[in-house]
Amino acid sequence: MATEPITGAEIIVKALIDQGVEVIFGYPGGAVLPLYDALFKQNKVRHILVRHEQAAVHAAEGYARSTGKVGVVLVTSGPGATNAVTGLTDALMDSIPIVCLTGQVPTHLIGNDAFQEADTTGITRPCTKHNYLVKSVEDLSRKVHEAFYVARSGRPGPVLLDLPKDVQQAKYEYVNHAGQRHRTYNPVQKPDRAQVEKVVELMAGAKRPIFYVGGGAVNSGPLACKMLTDFIRLTGFPCTQTLMGLGAFPASDPLSLGMVGMHGMYEANHAMHDCDVMINIGARFDDRVTGRLNAFSPGSKKIHVDIDPSSINKSVRVDLPVVGDVGHVVEEMMRIWKARQVKTDQKALAAWWDQINKWRARDCLKYKASDTIIKPQFALERLYAAVKDKDFYITTEVGQHQMWAAQFLKFDKPNRWMTSGGLGTMGYGLPAAYGVQVAHPESLVIDVAGEASIMMNIQEMATLVQYRLPVKIFIMNNKWMGMVRQWQELLHGGRYSESYSDALPDFVKLAEAFGANGLRASKVSELDDVIKEMIAIKGPVMVDVAVDEKENCFPMIPSGAPHNEMLLGPEDQAAKPVSEEGMVLV
Amino acid sequence: MSDLKRRNLGIVSGVPAAIGGAGQIGESTSVKDITIERHTMSVLVDNESGVLARVIGLFSGRGYNIESLTVAEVDAAQHLSRITVVTTGTPMIIEQIKNQLQRLVPVHSVTDLTVEGPSLEREMALVKVASTGDKRVEALRIADIFRARVVDATIESFVFEMTGSTEKLNAFIGLMQPLGLSDVSRTGIVAMKRGSGTE
Ligand SMILES: Cc1cc2nc3c(=O)[nH]c(=O)nc-3n(C[C@H](O)[C@H](O)[C@H](O)COP(=O)(O)OP(=O)(O)OC[C@H]3O[C@@H](n4cnc5c(N)ncnc54)[C@H](O)[C@@H]3O)c2cc1C
Ligand SMILES: Cc1ncc(C[n+]2csc(CCOP(=O)(O)OP(=O)(O)O)c2C)c(N)n1
Ligand SMILES: [Mg+2]
Repeated sequence: MATEPITGAEIIVKALIDQGVEVIFGYPGGAVLPLYDALFKQNKVRHILVRHEQAAVHAAEGYARSTGKVGVVLVTSGPGATNAVTGLTDALMDSIPIVCLTGQVPTHLIGNDAFQEADTTGITRPCTKHNYLVKSVEDLSRKVHEAFYVARSGRPGPVLLDLPKDVQQAKYEYVNHAGQRHRTYNPVQKPDRAQVEKVVELMAGAKRPIFYVGGGAVNSGPLACKMLTDFIRLTGFPCTQTLMGLGAFPASDPLSLGMVGMHGMYEANHAMHDCDVMINIGARFDDRVTGRLNAFSPGSKKIHVDIDPSSINKSVRVDLPVVGDVGHVVEEMMRIWKARQVKTDQKALAAWWDQINKWRARDCLKYKASDTIIKPQFALERLYAAVKDKDFYITTEVGQHQMWAAQFLKFDKPNRWMTSGGLGTMGYGLPAAYGVQVAHPESLVIDVAGEASIMMNIQEMATLVQYRLPVKIFIMNNKWMGMVRQWQELLHGGRYSESYSDALPDFVKLAEAFGANGLRASKVSELDDVIKEMIAIKGPVMVDVAVDEKENCFPMIPSGAPHNEMLLGPEDQAAKPVSEEGMVLV
Repeated sequence: MSDLKRRNLGIVSGVPAAIGGAGQIGESTSVKDITIERHTMSVLVDNESGVLARVIGLFSGRGYNIESLTVAEVDAAQHLSRITVVTTGTPMIIEQIKNQLQRLVPVHSVTDLTVEGPSLEREMALVKVASTGDKRVEALRIADIFRARVVDATIESFVFEMTGSTEKLNAFIGLMQPLGLSDVSRTGIVAMKRGSGTE
C-alpha cells in the first residue's frame, strides 16, 4: 500500500498512529525539529512536554505499566539521548515496553564529533532490548514498526530508534508494516504440552507447595492474571508475589502470603524456604528474593514458567522449566488439571496451612505505635484506608518508603502498582505517576515518595501543573536517606556517612512556587485530615508528612542470610550480626 | 578482550582456571556446576552494523569468556554472517550464553557445536620466524613436517602459513619459539558440523 512520498518525520508519525500511539513524552532539540514539526501538523498523537529526558522515559514506563501498551519517548540527540539512559536501563530491568525516538546528527556528520553528537546506539546497546540507527529513509517505516513489535513481544523492553536529521527530512513512501512476521525474532508463546503435563503431575503430588508470582504475570496482562488467580484458587495453594508481581494475585485473598524477599513477609519467606514444590510464574529469582543462593529453598522441586529462556537456570537451577507466556501456560495448566481431575493431598495441605498460619501469627508487620510521632507504617495504613475503595494507582520512589508501601498498601488488581524494582531508580515515582495519570485521567494517582528521592526529578512538578495532572505526591519525610541509613546502621557501625538529607526545601512552599498545592502533616492528629484534603483537591498536590526519623524497615533478610533467618525488628537486629560474606553483597 | 589478545600471541591454550564472573558459586553447588567446560558456538546473524558489538558487548557485559572469535559474511545475498565463538564456563553459564545469544534480535540461530555431534574446527596462522644458520634450517624442516607453507621469505626470515587444529598450531608455534619466532597472527577458530546436516 505504497503512497505518495512524504518526509521521514511524517513517516514516523504515521507509523506511530498506525501503532495506536495516543501520547508521546518528550523534549525538543535541534536534531528532532522535523519530528516536532510533523507532530505540530497533526492532532492524533498528543505530546507531553517533560522537564528532563529521564522523566520522559519514566513517564512512558508509568503509562505502559498501567495500560499494557507501549510507552513512547521522543528526545533530541546528544544530551537528550544521554539523559534518557537511566530511564531506558530502568525499563530494561523491569521488562517495560518502550519505544524511544532519539534525534541524531545528519548521516554525513556521524563520527565527526558534530554538535550534540553522541554515539547513541553505542551508549544504549547494553541498556535497550534492541536499538537501530536508521541511516536511510527507505528503511524507516519497517524499522519503526519493528521497534514496536520487538518492544512488546516476548520479554518486553525498551527499543531505541536513532534518527539522523537528514533521514527525518528525506522523502519516501510510507508502508504500514504492522503485524508482519519478523525474520529472526519470534519468541515462543505457547508452552510445550508434555512439559505442562509434568508440571501438573508434580503439583498434584505436592505436600508443601507455593506459587511464587512475578512481574511476568503482570506483563502477560489482566486476563492472564485473572486466569492465574482462578487456577491458584482451584489448587488452594498459597501464593506469594514479588515486588513486581504485586496485584497479579489479589492481596486480599486468604491464599495470598504477600510479598516475598528481603523486605517480604515472614510467612512468605518461611514458606518459600520450607516448600517441597515451588511454582514460579513469571519471576526471575532475583537476588532480593533468593537471598543467599545456596540456602534458597533447599528442599524443593522448582517449576519455572518464563517467556525468556535466558531467565531460566540463570541463578537458580530449576527442575521443570516451561518456556511460554503466563496466560498461555496457565490456560494449559488449568485444562490439564481439570481433565485429570486432580486430587491434591488434602491432609498434607492442611498441615502446611497450619504451619503457614503459625508463621502468620508472628504478625511480622507490627510496629510500635505512637501518638506523638507519625510512624511511617501508620501513615501508609491511613493512606490505604482512605484510598482502598477508590479507583487508585500507586507509584513509588526508592527507599524505605517504597518497601513500606509494598507492605502496607494492598493491590487486588494488576497494573495498579508502579515501582522501580530492578534498577531501584530514585526519581522514578513522580514522572511515572503522571504517565499513569495521562492514561487514567479520572483515577486517583499517588506517588509515595521519600524526601531525598523526590528531589531527583522535582522539576517535573512543572509538567504536572502545565497539563493539570492531579497527581498526589505523598512524601514520607524522615529527613534521611532512610534506606541508606538503615544499612549503615546494620553494616557500618552506625557511621551515617552522607545519608542525612540536609538543607531540605520547604515542600509546601516549593509546591506553591510551581503553582501546585502544598500540604503538611506534622502531628498524628493532622494526618487523616491532610490525606482527606489531598484527595479532595482537584489539582496536583504535594504532601509533606513528617514521619519518625529513626524507624527502620522490617522484616528484613540481611544480606547473606537464608530466608528463615529474618530480622523481625530492632531487637532481632541487635542479636544477629551480619556475616562477613553478607557485608560485600548489595 | 584480553583473552582474544592472549590468544593471538599464541600463548594461551586449553582451559583458563578462572570462573566467568556471572553466577554465584555456593557451597552446596554440585561438582557439575563448577566444572569449567569449553564450547564452540556457531552463531548465524544478520550482517548489519553493530551486530558484532552486540555479541561482544554481551560477553564483556556479563563477564563471559571469549577464547576465540571469528566473523565473516557467509551469504551475501541474504546478508548473513557467521560468528564462531569459543567460550568457557560452567554448564549453567554455557546454557546462559546460548540463551542470551539467542535472544539478540539479529541472531538467526545458535548452534553449540560441542554438544551437537561431531564437528570440525580449524584455525589458520601466519608465523614469522627470523633467524639464520642452523636455526633457520631447523625452522624450515619442522615447517615441512607440520605441512606449513612458506608464503614469504627473506635472507633472515620466513613467514609460514599453517592451517589445522588449535592444538597443532600451538605445537608448531611452541617449536618455533627457540628458533626465532618473531610474530604470530591467528584467525581464531572456524567450525562446522560434520556430515550432511546443516545448522
Ligand atoms: C530497595 C529495594 C528493595 C527490594 N526488595 C525486594 C523484596 O523484598 N522482594 C522482592 O520481591 N523484590 C524486591 N525488590 C525488587 C527486586 O530488585 C526485583 O526487581 C524483583 O524482585 C523482580 O521481580 P520479578 O522476579 O517478578 O521479575 P521481573 O523483573 O518483573 O521480571 C519478570 C520475569 O517474567 C518474565 N516475563 C515477562 N513477561 C512474561 C510473560 N508474558 N510470560 C511469562 N514470563 C514473562 C521475564 O522474562 C522475567 O524473567 C527490591 C527493590 C528495591 C529497589
Ligand atoms: C538514583 C539513585 N541514587 C542512589 C540510590 C541509592 N539509594 C537507595 S535508597 C536511597 C535513599 C532514599 O531516600 P528517601 O528517598 O528519603 O527514602 P527513604 O529511604 O528515606 O524512605 C538511596 C540514596 C538510588 N537507589 N538511586
Ligand atoms: Mg527519607
